[in-house]
Amino acid sequence: MRRPPFFKFFYLFFSSALLFSFYSLAQAQEPSSPAWFDKNRVNVLLVLVLFFAFVLYFINRAQKGKSLFVRRIPGLDAIEEAVGRATEMGKPILYISGIEDMDNLQTVASMIILGNVAEMVAAYEVPLLVPVCQPFVVTVAEESVKQGYAKAGKPEAYNPNNVRFLTSEQFAYASGVNGIMLREKPAANFMFGSFYAESLLMAETGLSTGAIQVAGTANIHQLPFFVVACDFTLIGEELFAASAYLSKEPKLLGSLKGSDLAKLLIMIILILGVILETTGVTKFTSWFFVQ
Amino acid sequence: MVTDLNSAIWNTLAAFLTFCIFSFLYKDNPFYKIAEHIVVGVSAGYFAVLLYWDGLVPKLWDPIVKQGKWYYLIPGLLGVMMLTRFSKRLSWISRFSISFYMGIATGVAVPLYIQNYVIRQLSSTMLPVHFKNPTGFFNLLIVIGVLCALIYFFFSKEHKGAMGSAAKVGIWTLMIGFGAGFGLTVMGRVSLLIDRVIFLKNYFTSIFGHIL
Repeated sequence: MRRPPFFKFFYLFFSSALLFSFYSLAQAQEPSSPAWFDKNRVNVLLVLVLFFAFVLYFINRAQKGKSLFVRRIPGLDAIEEAVGRATEMGKPILYISGIEDMDNLQTVASMIILGNVAEMVAAYEVPLLVPVCQPFVVTVAEESVKQGYAKAGKPEAYNPNNVRFLTSEQFAYASGVNGIMLREKPAANFMFGSFYAESLLMAETGLSTGAIQVAGTANIHQLPFFVVACDFTLIGEELFAASAYLSKEPKLLGSLKGSDLAKLLIMIILILGVILETTGVTKFTSWFFVQ
Repeated sequence: MVTDLNSAIWNTLAAFLTFCIFSFLYKDNPFYKIAEHIVVGVSAGYFAVLLYWDGLVPKLWDPIVKQGKWYYLIPGLLGVMMLTRFSKRLSWISRFSISFYMGIATGVAVPLYIQNYVIRQLSSTMLPVHFKNPTGFFNLLIVIGVLCALIYFFFSKEHKGAMGSAAKVGIWTLMIGFGAGFGLTVMGRVSLLIDRVIFLKNYFTSIFGHIL
């Protein structure tokens, strides 16, 4: 069976990431003594290899058809409700992907969620407005939305004018988004990605328009503002879990399970480290020290 | 602040635009729309020029033309490939540039995240716990808070029973932290407002000072 182009895209991206992560680790060094391998970062490399091993193991299991359980995340159920509400009201949906560029992992996660939201929205034939802050993110957002519409079987419904670049300046972008919220009056606002001071400006304006709001970010200082101004908030890692939860794609589910196993290992190491530190043994914890 | 006609004009414009933005507190109105469109347009234009003089010229043009580093043509070509997005027939070419950029960005970000958000945090959280002094007790609170918060973010099991209770402690820990962060950030925002109010006060003081 011929694999869709998306999978080739994913393999190219994943292998580039893996290759470059090893390269960048080798480059993390004192500028005065260039070397191919920095021995001070061996602990980072080992943790990275272990993490990748967990993820690849679960991706393999998922692809073999084994069912992988993921608990319910309340904020994500609200996305489909919000899309349904927008359809009933005949109003558009606004999707904001944060203000960072594609080098921020939250923006990457946001683009994956955007693809899933676009697929839902295409099925209901509701306009999806995506104002973007960074020029490069526009291209990825266009691709995500187009793929979403194509997956829903409605490629002709995709309107490229709905994915638009506003400006790279933080508060000018917030101002532009506020203007869109007040004029287009979307029924639902989704804010997933990396946000800074503009988060409350946008969330408060969306609240004043009466839209249902679902937000998610891993920026700790902005989470309180989303919690108070939005109906549902995805906290930290829930943003990254959202893509797997919504799409149920084996690769994404496998990544989520792999990170859960890594979390379990972290908890065990933490408990072990605390016991050893309490008894005066510091050699174990010194291995985790990074210069 | 207002010393001559030039500074009077620009400071008046700044004060006018400040009030236009503040008018949003009442409701959307043409003055806010004017200020919004000006700031979006000016910032987009400014960043375009900045990108040219701080990005394209020193990082592509000068290395190739002035320093003879021909290999800079490779990233230049990747950048040109991005422009094929405007063509329906050739837009598939831009996927190579996108995947290369995302691959590199993720490749740089992932080890940094593992280093800063996993290993360093783990190293800092392995603290001795005891009841000999308050420090040991607070260390215990930190360790319990971290473990419960990690349990809250565990997606492979339902939050029921002991795990549910631990997850509840975890979310309470997070919310207490958010509350502290909220207060700190609001203080920072108020300082921005104070700066703007001081600007308006100085403007009106100097304008009325000149008039009177």
